[in-house]
Amino acid sequence: MMWVLLTIVFFLLRVAPGDPVSAAVGGKLNEQALDARRAALGLDRPMIVQYLEYLGNVVHLDFGKTISDNRPVLDIIKDQGGATLTLTLGAFVFALVIGLPLGRLAGRYRDTPLDAGIRIFGVVSYAAPIFWVGIMLVLLVVKVFPGWPTNDIGSVVTKFTVQPKTHVLLLDAMLSGNQDAVLDILKHHVLPCLTLGLLLSGVIIRLVRVNVIQAMKGDYVEAARARGIPEGRVIRKHAFRNALVPVITVIGLQIALTLSGAVLTERTFNWPGLGTELVQYVTARDYIAVQGLVTFFAIIVVIVSVLVDILNALVDPRVRY
Amino acid sequence: MRQFLHQMWNTKGMARWILIVGVAITLVFVVFAVLAPWVAPYDFNQTKLDGVKLPKLAHPSGSYWMGTNDQFYDIYSRVVWGSRTALEVILLSVVFSGVVGLPLGLVSGFVGGWTDRILVFLMDAMYSFPSLLLAIVFSFLLRGPLGGGIVAASLSLTAIYIPQYYRVVRNTTVSAREATYVEAARALGAKPFTIMRKYLFGNVVQSVPVIGTLNAADALGTLAALGFLGLGIQPNEASEWGYDLSRALDDAQAGTWWPALFPGLAIILLITALTLVGEGLNETINPALRRRRLRPVVFPPRAAQPEETTR
Repeated sequence: MMWVLLTIVFFLLRVAPGDPVSAAVGGKLNEQALDARRAALGLDRPMIVQYLEYLGNVVHLDFGKTISDNRPVLDIIKDQGGATLTLTLGAFVFALVIGLPLGRLAGRYRDTPLDAGIRIFGVVSYAAPIFWVGIMLVLLVVKVFPGWPTNDIGSVVTKFTVQPKTHVLLLDAMLSGNQDAVLDILKHHVLPCLTLGLLLSGVIIRLVRVNVIQAMKGDYVEAARARGIPEGRVIRKHAFRNALVPVITVIGLQIALTLSGAVLTERTFNWPGLGTELVQYVTARDYIAVQGLVTFFAIIVVIVSVLVDILNALVDPRVRY
Repeated sequence: MRQFLHQMWNTKGMARWILIVGVAITLVFVVFAVLAPWVAPYDFNQTKLDGVKLPKLAHPSGSYWMGTNDQFYDIYSRVVWGSRTALEVILLSVVFSGVVGLPLGLVSGFVGGWTDRILVFLMDAMYSFPSLLLAIVFSFLLRGPLGGGIVAASLSLTAIYIPQYYRVVRNTTVSAREATYVEAARALGAKPFTIMRKYLFGNVVQSVPVIGTLNAADALGTLAALGFLGLGIQPNEASEWGYDLSRALDDAQAGTWWPALFPGLAIILLITALTLVGEGLNETINPALRRRRLRPVVFPPRAAQPEETTR
């Protein structure tokens, strides 16, 4: 699977018309310098050699150096990946906090106005472009809480004072024991994570609702009711727990949606993450950088899918053989 | 086609209303798109009127219904012209991906064997990849040869949706291939191409409108996303809602709401409308979900029993 994705990425970017080097730095260098650059990147060798070398390098986590500013792609991933990581993790927290209770309510009070309202919320959070939701939240916050940070991952002071160790700004701030910096960074996380979380919560609401409705029809729920257990407890302990199992799988499968959403959220909030980098390098027409970053995203997608399968087997005894 | 419309007319309940509302809103956008030059007071990249610049960031008012933005554009005109761009791109990308995906799925499902396996593998890999990233890669590739116009944007979107048509069509073909009527056709000596064209195509094509409209909704979202990232249609080529939203980012930080609100609402309305049409069509075409509108049958009142029986 991973091999197929890597092959697609490689050939898409190589078969394309146009020459990577002149596309990125064309106007700035003369013909000889361009040729030298091409040779240095190995672009003058046969396609198949380049392909095999690319696969070999990816195994060693070497994604090449960017053409436009000669920076190893792995360094970009190390430096900027942390911001994307905390953004997506925070978004999952928001998605669960919003999605689980609402889905449960909608499932329990099925076909009532409450259910209808929650379902409409789910549909709208899916139909509304995530960046527009982000902009609207910014407008709201600017009006209601004027001092609240609405872009970037931390204020200038914070970024300057925190010593980089792990490349994850939040962790670094925690490690240095700088309370103010941690608080500042967390504050900056709220809006972007909420925006991305809203997108994901729509999926979770729909899923939990359907599952609770399904589970309520189950024999074990009937049995629990027959034992005289109060309705609230039946929902909480019997129906809801079973409804949670598929949620893990589906959340994991939303990794593709999450990555797409993260790219857009980063642009909306000027977030210094991988999505922002990708867009910049696409605009700079840097083939190697785009190839490296997209390869990295592909690897993440595959790894997360595998992890979800394993996790699912651990949680749900029915999946195990 | 007539049968199809008839089917649509004969649904009832929710599906009917969903379909009607969706089609109505979509039609409004189509009207705006077609009549753009007459409905919009300004051209989509017009910043001057009689040599005088339009005001920058003017409040919505009688002369600028939705205000103007930081590039001296009239937002109402941009929204109207944007509906033309949106519909053109949606139509092109849906048609392109259908034209590629449908035959591919048909052949792959019918021929089977290694071709089929490789194609399934490829398409599944593409399907599992984040769609926006795929669109970004394609727009990156197509920017060189095709520029930043409507065709390039549509083609970048096409790549995302081919696997969806392929999957559905292939799976229907695989199950239809074993049907008795195909066996009968083969026994009559029909060539593979004839079987595909005459026997399988009609059965397989039914699922396409539903995917088409649902994809259309998704395509609009992705188009806006590309535009927002600055990788979609360039502002001098056509008016595009996503690009306008990216221009509105800095204004939003300053609390200026009108450049962001209106293009976003247009996107949401059109996406919702297209989704409604898709869901409605699904319930109409899919016999498992369909509820027909039947004329209530009124039985004549039972005639009084003749007296012989009581006797």
